[in-house]
Amino acid sequence: MATAKGGMEAASDEARDDSLRTVLIDAAKAAALMLALGVPILLLRTDQDMSNRLVLLPRFGLLAYAVVIGWALGLMRHLGARGRIVFAGLVGLAGYAVKMAAGDGDTIGGFRVDLLAPALSSFGILVVGLLCVTALYLAARSVPESTVERTALHVPEAVEIWGPRVGLLLLAAYPLLALMFAGSAGSIKWIDNFGIQIMIYIMLGWGLNIVVGLAGLLDLGYVAFYAVGAYAYALLATSVIPNTIPELGPWAFWICLPIAGILAAMWGVLLGFPVLRLRGDYLAIVTLAFGEIIRLVLINWIDFTNGYAGISGIPRPSFFGFPFNASDEGFAATFGLEFTPLHRTIFLFYVILALALLTNWATVRLRRLPIGRAWEALREDEIACRSLGINTTNTKLTAFAIGAMFGGFAGSFFAARQGFISPESFTFMESAVILAIVVLGGMGSQVGVAIAAVAMIGGTELLRELDWLKTIFGNDFDPTQYRMLLFGLAMVVLMIWKPRGLISTRAPTVYLKERKAVSGDLVKEGHG
Amino acid sequence: MEYFVQQLINGITLGSIYGLIAIGYTMVFGIIGMVNFAHGDVFMLSTFIALIVLLLLGSLVTAGGAMIALALLVVLIASMLLTSVWSWAIERIAYRPLRGSFRLAPLISAIGMSIFLMNFVQVVQGPRNKPVPTLIDGGFCIAGQSTPQKTCLIASDGFGINLAYKQIVIVLVTIVLLAAFWYLVQRTSLGRAQRACEQDSKMARLMGIDVDRTVSVTFVMGAALAAVAGLLYMLQYNVVSFSDGFVPGVKAFTAAVLGGIGSLPGAVLGGLIIGLIESLWSAYFSIDYKDVAAFSILAITLIFLPSGLLGKPEVEKV
Repeated sequence: MATAKGGMEAASDEARDDSLRTVLIDAAKAAALMLALGVPILLLRTDQDMSNRLVLLPRFGLLAYAVVIGWALGLMRHLGARGRIVFAGLVGLAGYAVKMAAGDGDTIGGFRVDLLAPALSSFGILVVGLLCVTALYLAARSVPESTVERTALHVPEAVEIWGPRVGLLLLAAYPLLALMFAGSAGSIKWIDNFGIQIMIYIMLGWGLNIVVGLAGLLDLGYVAFYAVGAYAYALLATSVIPNTIPELGPWAFWICLPIAGILAAMWGVLLGFPVLRLRGDYLAIVTLAFGEIIRLVLINWIDFTNGYAGISGIPRPSFFGFPFNASDEGFAATFGLEFTPLHRTIFLFYVILALALLTNWATVRLRRLPIGRAWEALREDEIACRSLGINTTNTKLTAFAIGAMFGGFAGSFFAARQGFISPESFTFMESAVILAIVVLGGMGSQVGVAIAAVAMIGGTELLRELDWLKTIFGNDFDPTQYRMLLFGLAMVVLMIWKPRGLISTRAPTVYLKERKAVSGDLVKEGHG
Repeated sequence: MEYFVQQLINGITLGSIYGLIAIGYTMVFGIIGMVNFAHGDVFMLSTFIALIVLLLLGSLVTAGGAMIALALLVVLIASMLLTSVWSWAIERIAYRPLRGSFRLAPLISAIGMSIFLMNFVQVVQGPRNKPVPTLIDGGFCIAGQSTPQKTCLIASDGFGINLAYKQIVIVLVTIVLLAAFWYLVQRTSLGRAQRACEQDSKMARLMGIDVDRTVSVTFVMGAALAAVAGLLYMLQYNVVSFSDGFVPGVKAFTAAVLGGIGSLPGAVLGGLIIGLIESLWSAYFSIDYKDVAAFSILAITLIFLPSGLLGKPEVEKV
C-alpha cells in the first residue's frame, strides 16, 4: 500500500509541468484566491465608533500581505521537499528583514500600515512582495533535489524499546529539571502550565484511546465524563464531606478519586447503552449531543452546580493527610522543609503522572486480556465479531465504562488542581482537542498519543511564552490570541500530511513466530 | 390560542433558517458521506460577510423603501458569492486531499477547520458582538387591540398576534431560493451529475462525470444557501458574533438528521420541526433548556429512527 502510493506520487511528479509559465499561472491563481477570500473579511474590519455605530476600517496592508502569502504558497507547490524548506526559510528571513527595516509604525493587527496613503503604500508592499518572493522562488528552484527515493521511515528496534523508557525517565525527572533550569520561582509555571497541563491531556488521550483507538467507537463527548469526575469531586469535597464526616477532610481527594471514577464509569454505561446500535459518524454526533446536554444541565441546574458561577474553594489534595500549607501540621513543617507553594505543584505533577501511567498500564494489560482482544476485533469487524459469539453489547459498554472511568479520574484531578471549576471548562472544544490528540497521534498507539499531546498542548501553551514575537510583529501583537487559530490549522495540516496519525504502525498483540508491524493503512479504526 | 399561533409564526421563521443551513449538511453527507463540521462556521462567516457588505452600502440602506430592498438583494448576492469562494477553498484545501483516506481523517480535518474559522474571524474581526442596525421594521397586526398607530385585522383582547415584515421576508426568501435550488438539482445536468454521484460515485466517474468538480459544486451550493441563512439570521437577531456558528450548526445538523440525512425535502422539513419545537419549548417550558431539547431530539432521532423521517433506510452489506 505504502509503496503503491509512493509510486503514484513519483509518477505524478514526472507528469507535473514545472515550466515557469505554469508555475506563475498557478501562483497567480493562488494569489487571486487569497484576494477573493480576504477582500470581505480581512480587508474590512467592523468596529464600533464613539456612538456605538458600526464602521468599517480598511486594512490594505494586511490584504497585501495575504496576497503575497498566497502567491508564495502557489509557488511552493512546484518545489520539491528540499526546495520548499529553502524557500520557506528565505521568505521568512526576507520578511523579518523587511519588518526590521520598516520599524515600528502605526500597526494594525501587527502589520505596519501607513495611515497617510494606505492604498498606495499597500500597493507598494504588494508589488515589492510579489517580486521578492518570485526571485526567492527562482533561487530555491535551483536547489538540487535529492534523487534518492524516499522510503518509509524505519525505526530501529533499539529506539522502539528504549524510546518510551527514556521518555518516562525524562517525565519523572521533569520537575527537577525545571527546578534546575528555571529556579524555584520560575519553575512553578513550567511544572504547572506545561508539565501538569500536558499530563492531564496525555491521560485524557489515553483514556479516550480505549474507546476510539481500541474499540473503534468514535466519541465526541468525552468531556462529559471529565466533567462528571470534576463535579463529583468538587461537590463531595465542598458539601458532603464537611457536613458528614469532617475528620476525613485532608483525605478528601483520595476518597473521592475512586468515587468520581466509578460515577463517571456509570455515566459511561448510561450514555453508552442507548447508542449501541449506532456506528461511525452517527455515534460521534450522538455523543456530542450528550456532552452538550450534560454541559447545559451543569449551567442551568443552579441549585445543584451553581451554574455559570461554578464551584470555588475546592479542597486541594494533601500529601496523604499532610496539607500543603504553612501550618505546623503541614507537609513542610512535618518533613522539616521550608514552606513553598512549589511542593504542592511538584506533588500534583507526580499524582497526575501516576494516574496517567495507571491508565497506560491498564490499557496495555487490557489489550492482552480477552476483553481487549474483543475490543480490537470489534473495531475491525462488528459482524464477524457477532458471528464468532462475542457479546458486542458488553464489549462496547466496558470500553465506554473504562474510558469514562479514566476521564473521571482526570476530571477529579483537574478539580483538585484548579480549586475552582465551572461549565466553561467542559465545552465541546475540549472533546475535540482530546479526540484530535488521539487521532493525530495515531489511534491505538500509546506513544503516538503522548507525542501528540506534548506537541499540540505544549505547542499552544508555548505560544503564551513567545513574547519575543512582539519584536517582529510589533507591540500590538498578542501571540495568545492566535493559540486556537494555530491549533485548528495544525489539525488540518497534520491530517493532510499524515491521515493515519503520527505513529501509524501497530504492534500486533498476537503473532505467529515472528513479530511483524501492521501498517495503519490495514487497520480499520473508526468504522464503528 | 393567540399565543400559540404567535409561537408558530416565530417557529416557522426560525425553522426556515435552520432548513437552509441543513441542506448544506445533508447534500455533503449524501455525496461524500462526511459530516462537514465546519459548515456551521461557514454560516457564521457568511453573517460577517453580509454585515460588511451591508456597511459598505451604508448610504443606500438609510434611504429607505425600495432602496432597502435593492440593498438587501445586493448584499444577498455578494454574500452568496463570497461565502461560496470560502467554502470552495475549504473543500479544496482541507477535504479533497483526504478523500479516499480513512473515514475519521476528513472529520478531524473538518473539526480543525471549524476551530480555525471561528478563531480566524475572532482575530480579524474582533471578539465583540456586532450590533446590526434594524433594516426591516414594523409588521402586520393580525390579532390584538387596534391603536391609532396600528390597525389589527381581528380585534382581540388577548396576547395578540404580530407578523413582522422581516418574518415575511425570511419565509418568502427561503421559499423562492428553495424552489430555485430544487429546480437546479432536479432539472439541470449539474443536478443530475450530483444525484448520480450520490448514488454511486465510482459508477458516475465511469460514466464520465467529473466527481471532484461535482463535489466542489455541492460545497458551493451548500455555502450559498448558508449565506442566505446568514443574512436572514442577521435580519432576525440584529447581532453578529464569531461564536454564533456552533449552536445553529448543530441544530441544523439535527434538522438534517431528523429529516433523513441525504434527503433535501427532509432537511427543510427537519428544519421547520426543529424551529417549531424550539420556539414552542421556549414558550411553554423553559427557555434555558431549549438547546437541551434540540440536542435531545438529535439523540432520540438517531437512536430510534436513524434513517430520519424521509430518509432511505441504510442496508448493511457484508
